[in-house]
Amino acid sequence: MEYLSLFVKSIFVDNMIFAYFLGMCSYLAVSKNVKTAAGLGVAVIFVLLVTLPINYLLNKYVLAPDALIKGVDLSFLSFIIFIAVIAAIVQIVEMVVEKFSPSLYSALGIFLPLIAVNCAILGGSLFMQQRDFANVGESAVYALGSGIGWFLAIVSLAAIREKMSYCKVPAPLKGLGITFITVGLMAIAMMTFMGISL
Amino acid sequence: MDAKLKETILNPIFKGNPITVLVLGICSSLAVTVTMKGALVMALSVIVVTGISSLILSLLRNTIPSRVRIIVQLVVVAMMVILVDQILKSFEATYAIDKQLSVYIGLIITNCIVMGRIEAFALGNKPWPSFLDGVANGAGYGMILLIVAFFRELLGSGTLFGVDVLNWLGYTPNNLVILPPFALILLGCIVWVQRSIQKDLQEK
Repeated sequence: MEYLSLFVKSIFVDNMIFAYFLGMCSYLAVSKNVKTAAGLGVAVIFVLLVTLPINYLLNKYVLAPDALIKGVDLSFLSFIIFIAVIAAIVQIVEMVVEKFSPSLYSALGIFLPLIAVNCAILGGSLFMQQRDFANVGESAVYALGSGIGWFLAIVSLAAIREKMSYCKVPAPLKGLGITFITVGLMAIAMMTFMGISL
Repeated sequence: MDAKLKETILNPIFKGNPITVLVLGICSSLAVTVTMKGALVMALSVIVVTGISSLILSLLRNTIPSRVRIIVQLVVVAMMVILVDQILKSFEATYAIDKQLSVYIGLIITNCIVMGRIEAFALGNKPWPSFLDGVANGAGYGMILLIVAFFRELLGSGTLFGVDVLNWLGYTPNNLVILPPFALILLGCIVWVQRSIQKDLQEK
């Protein structure tokens, strides 16, 4: 039950995009059509799901105070360790996918390497560290939930933008401006989930 | 100062602003704009990180093999961010800096402005212009942050830097402004204003 609550909460209430603006750059850049948006969304779910439990274990057994050597606090190294793990995992995932599923590889294309610098991934690790999850399972559920939240957010924005290309938008607002405002309105709609607990 | 150097400094502040024109680095920026203080701390941190990492990588530009450059960049940027974070942590108690900010300081590593400027400018230019370019881009980013924070704190809490501005006039703070979505709408409006002035930026 706790897992379910955490899962639902990380999708809707603590949504990466609408509550924390994480992964905004690629969110705005790759949301022009639904198909590529979905590809990037799947890649984000996958990388989050792999990196977060690893970073959780590293944080718990290496970086936390007194974890590795008694009396030594290595937590100041967490940024560099997390980003190194993420970059390495992305590289490995890319090679594995290329070897075993060339069709998925060509579908994801350039998005896989780009994910290394997606704030949603590093942000997920940093929030995980801040929230002190009790075990690996919780961090994996959190990763899956926030990945799915990100996926839903980018697919819905892409769908809206596809439709919006038929609308008459004032020239200075076209493109970036109206996209910002749309995301803002979507985020207000997502606020209805606030305070829900299962 | 010659004209080219001046262009390097002035361009990122308005005409080529990293947020409203290049759409870089929005990720870590908007959550810190609830108060002017948070925005100012974030802006200064980004200016320091972009400036100094551009300088370091520009000094190293002829010795880094291009195949491993991304990882070298990440290491240098991460090192700078750790330094900034440690310095902020030591001032956390004295100046009551929000603890949540630490996550967003960490996210400067993946802030596209830093990597973008290094890739696009620092690796092909001399150290001094690279440093100025980094600082100017950080400043352009910080300016947008402060504009957004100004409206959010003024309308959302009726204060500026924690000092009461509107409340004593009987103003009721608008809670919508404090919520995250409003930052995006405000940013949309800033883009709107800028593109109305600079017509060449409008998208077809």
